Amino acid sequence: MLRSSQPLTGPNRKRCREDEMLLGTVLDEGERGFIIDTRSAQAAKQARMMGGGTEPKSSYPRWRRLHRPLERGRPLQESFIKLVEACNDSSINMDRWLSRLESCRWLSHVKAALSTACLAAQCMDREEASVLVHGAEGTDTTLLVTALAQVILDPSCRTLAGFQGLLEREWIEAGHPFHLRCARSAYSHARLKQEAPLFLLFLDCVWQLSRQFPFSLEFGEHLLLTLFDNAYASAYGTFLCNNEKERQVGREVGTALCLCKVKESTHSLWAWLNQPGEKKKYLNPLYSHNTLVIWPSVEPQSIQLWQGLFFRWIRSSQYLDEAWAEIQRLVEGN
Amino acid sequence: VENVRLLDRLSSRKSALGTLYLTATHVIFVENGSETRKETWVLHSQISSIEKQATTATGCPLLIRCKNFQVIQLVIPQERDCHDIYISLIRLARPVKYEELYCFSFNPKLDKEEREQGWKLVDLNEEYNRMGIPNNYWQISDVNRDYGVCDSYPTEVYIPKSATAHIIVGSSKFRSRRRFPALSYYCKDNNASICRSSQPLSGFSARCLEDEQMLQAIRKANPGSDFIYVVDTRPKLNAMANRAAGKGYENEDNYSNIKFQFIGIENIHVMRNSLQKMLEVCELKSPSMSDFLWGLENSGWLKHIKAIMDAGIFIAKAVAEEGVSVLVHCSDGWDRTAQVCSVASLLLDPYYRTMKGFMVLIEKDWVSFGHKFNHRYGNLDGDPKEISPVIDQFIECVWQLMEQFPCAFEFNERFLIHIQHHIYSCQFGNFLCNSQKERRELKIQERTYSLWAHLWKNRTDYLNPLYRSDHSQTQGTLHPQMAPCNFLYKFWSGMYNRFEKGLHPRQSVTDYLMAVKEETQQLEEELEVLGERLANLQKSQLNDNKFKSKQQDRSKQLGLSTSNNSLANTPQEYSNDLKSFPSRSPSQGDEEDSALILTQDNLKSSDPDLSANSDQESGVEDLSCRSPSGGGCLPSEDSGKDSDEAVFLAV
Repeated sequence: MLRSSQPLTGPNRKRCREDEMLLGTVLDEGERGFIIDTRSAQAAKQARMMGGGTEPKSSYPRWRRLHRPLERGRPLQESFIKLVEACNDSSINMDRWLSRLESCRWLSHVKAALSTACLAAQCMDREEASVLVHGAEGTDTTLLVTALAQVILDPSCRTLAGFQGLLEREWIEAGHPFHLRCARSAYSHARLKQEAPLFLLFLDCVWQLSRQFPFSLEFGEHLLLTLFDNAYASAYGTFLCNNEKERQVGREVGTALCLCKVKESTHSLWAWLNQPGEKKKYLNPLYSHNTLVIWPSVEPQSIQLWQGLFFRWIRSSQYLDEAWAEIQRLVEGN
Repeated sequence: VENVRLLDRLSSRKSALGTLYLTATHVIFVENGSETRKETWVLHSQISSIEKQATTATGCPLLIRCKNFQVIQLVIPQERDCHDIYISLIRLARPVKYEELYCFSFNPKLDKEEREQGWKLVDLNEEYNRMGIPNNYWQISDVNRDYGVCDSYPTEVYIPKSATAHIIVGSSKFRSRRRFPALSYYCKDNNASICRSSQPLSGFSARCLEDEQMLQAIRKANPGSDFIYVVDTRPKLNAMANRAAGKGYENEDNYSNIKFQFIGIENIHVMRNSLQKMLEVCELKSPSMSDFLWGLENSGWLKHIKAIMDAGIFIAKAVAEEGVSVLVHCSDGWDRTAQVCSVASLLLDPYYRTMKGFMVLIEKDWVSFGHKFNHRYGNLDGDPKEISPVIDQFIECVWQLMEQFPCAFEFNERFLIHIQHHIYSCQFGNFLCNSQKERRELKIQERTYSLWAHLWKNRTDYLNPLYRSDHSQTQGTLHPQMAPCNFLYKFWSGMYNRFEKGLHPRQSVTDYLMAVKEETQQLEEELEVLGERLANLQKSQLNDNKFKSKQQDRSKQLGLSTSNNSLANTPQEYSNDLKSFPSRSPSQGDEEDSALILTQDNLKSSDPDLSANSDQESGVEDLSCRSPSGGGCLPSEDSGKDSDEAVFLAV
């Protein structure tokens, strides 16, 4: 599985031999590959006018392009804000709740993200074909798909250590602009242009997987909530800045060069989480290493609202916590 | 009929070819060729509707919808055969006499005494004793001993000490269907009670001294409070409309010391339509999130569930927190009243959250108080307007509570699903007819078997591993959050999409934890034995080798492993785009996976749908494998057909 950003085909249908060769080397003799473009066919076409575009069939004959539009940017942030508002609205009657939930569209985004990740996984596992994923910039929906596909396909990504590695690789090092995307969250009045909850969407999708495959992830909901918290505000440097360059070299703030030097001046979230005393809070007592691919159901009935996150401060989790404590007790007793 | 296709609901590509059999009690589809000879058994009683669809190139489609929400799509090659099957099923699914029902031919091979014992498992007298009755305030009355006062009530009713036979009879004449106020639940901690009845025949201004005295008697039976609540579970408009027909509700001016309350739960017709709409949503092919949520909201189903729950919460609060008695009624006092009283009891008393207690609860508030099982669930062919998912809603309320309070119930989701299944299956005699009177006339207990005994025998399948009687969650009253809590009500795909395997988690946490619990228990017992042995070692010589080999066998048996191949699942259709691409034949991967899914390890003895050979329904010995560890596996050779029972009519 590969990821990139969009090719700069532009309105004049530019070609780039090197790019074509690079993609050519990925495929074996006679093999074919899939390109999953996370924009709609129309949006991809429009991107050409702005200098971007898609891989033309003629130049990339062995690659088949599939469009799976995934929401990103402002609309996704709006979806998130609306959902949080709906969850906080105690005046909604039962006969209006579901349509209100629907109007936020958040669950539709979860469904779309999972479906696309499953598609990528299916291409690899069932069709045994290589897959290239990209959207426009390659920093948002692209990473959502590649990271999720790996959780589905690869059992080592489902271990606590493996998942941390996945986050490092597919989100942090891959350059998801955390600083811009996880700026103010849902309550802020400042509607920042670059803010969008892609990472939360990813965590939500992982939560859906943990619900559908309760034995297959080494970690539990608590880890996902902790990651959500730390992406927005953290005592650790793991989610700081927008990319590796900023973390190492620093970035320009106004006219001054800000030397971040994250690794030298902050602590790593992983170091803290992995301490034996802390670690056990994040483990799933039901975990049992499953070497198989986990194929989630993306039917609407199978996708649920992540109550642990969206109702975290609204309803008591006491009874569910007691249930988990009981599960822990049973497993440890054994 | 041969060469019939059974289509897969979710994946239109998958279908199975086989032979369709019609017997006196079942429709059976047997798949050709596959090693497991997968069988699908459907009881005629379960059939809700049959739809003949337009003939296509592949054959004549027939859609069978069941009351337990199974939907079977068949394609019959010949139109003539399809028509014959259709006509036959229509007749078979609409029995005219009780004797046609499966319970009269079902034979679990128990002797007469065992059958009797099975019926005695749930004893309502014992239950009222457990509540603390008879006592200073409540007594048992035989005024209805020959069903002379009310033919839909039981022969034994519990009434306040100060209510004389004269008062009871007088009150019954003033109540719809003569269903006078009687005791449902008594709280001995504070003497508050839940009583139930039907609506008074008050019209606009009629009064009845005895009825007023009856309510006074209920109030007096609770010295801790100087008033009682009267809860009418109907919407106010409906209740008011009833007045024009000479019925209605209690006027606070006429009845001293009552506080009247409407809690609007819609009637059986609204509920029937609501379920219908929700099932239509379930039948949508690949719906979007939008389609699903809109459809679910339009059906109103969860709104109704919440309304029933809220009513139960109100009554439970009145009893537990205010110490005030409540009289509940609707129109006839056998639908909404039953739902609301049983939900309230469940919230109030942890006993009803045990397996036995739950059976008692249903026996008390549904069976003995004359809920019209026959009319509501269509045992016999009857008026379609009487059909309504009343008890289904109650069962769903219980499930919703189980989701909110995972440690509070001794039983699990499977218990609820099987009870619902058997209410419609007519395999057991508990839920036949419309009243205790009718059941006694038919001699149900002598001629059929009790579901409770059957469930009790298999109770280890129905246990909730998280339940501990000493856990804080299981003590006392349950307090579900009332508001804001719309989001707490979830769509119950375990029930309404029960047969769609692709939708459910492959791995059952409940079963795994039960196995863990069992194993821990066995290990602890073994530890004890070892401790004794160690002590004895000093006294006598022990054969070391014998000891070691026993240990090895045991640990092999008990080795719990969820990570074996039987958990492979198949991807659903995420995309049509992959079809035209050169790829491996889909059957290669899929066959392997689906065969794995049906291995012995995954068959649960008492789940009629997972057990491919539906042995429960044919009354043959169980195919069972209790725990994933494989302990206690009893594979049976024949595939579950008892030649005495099934009369094969190869059509």
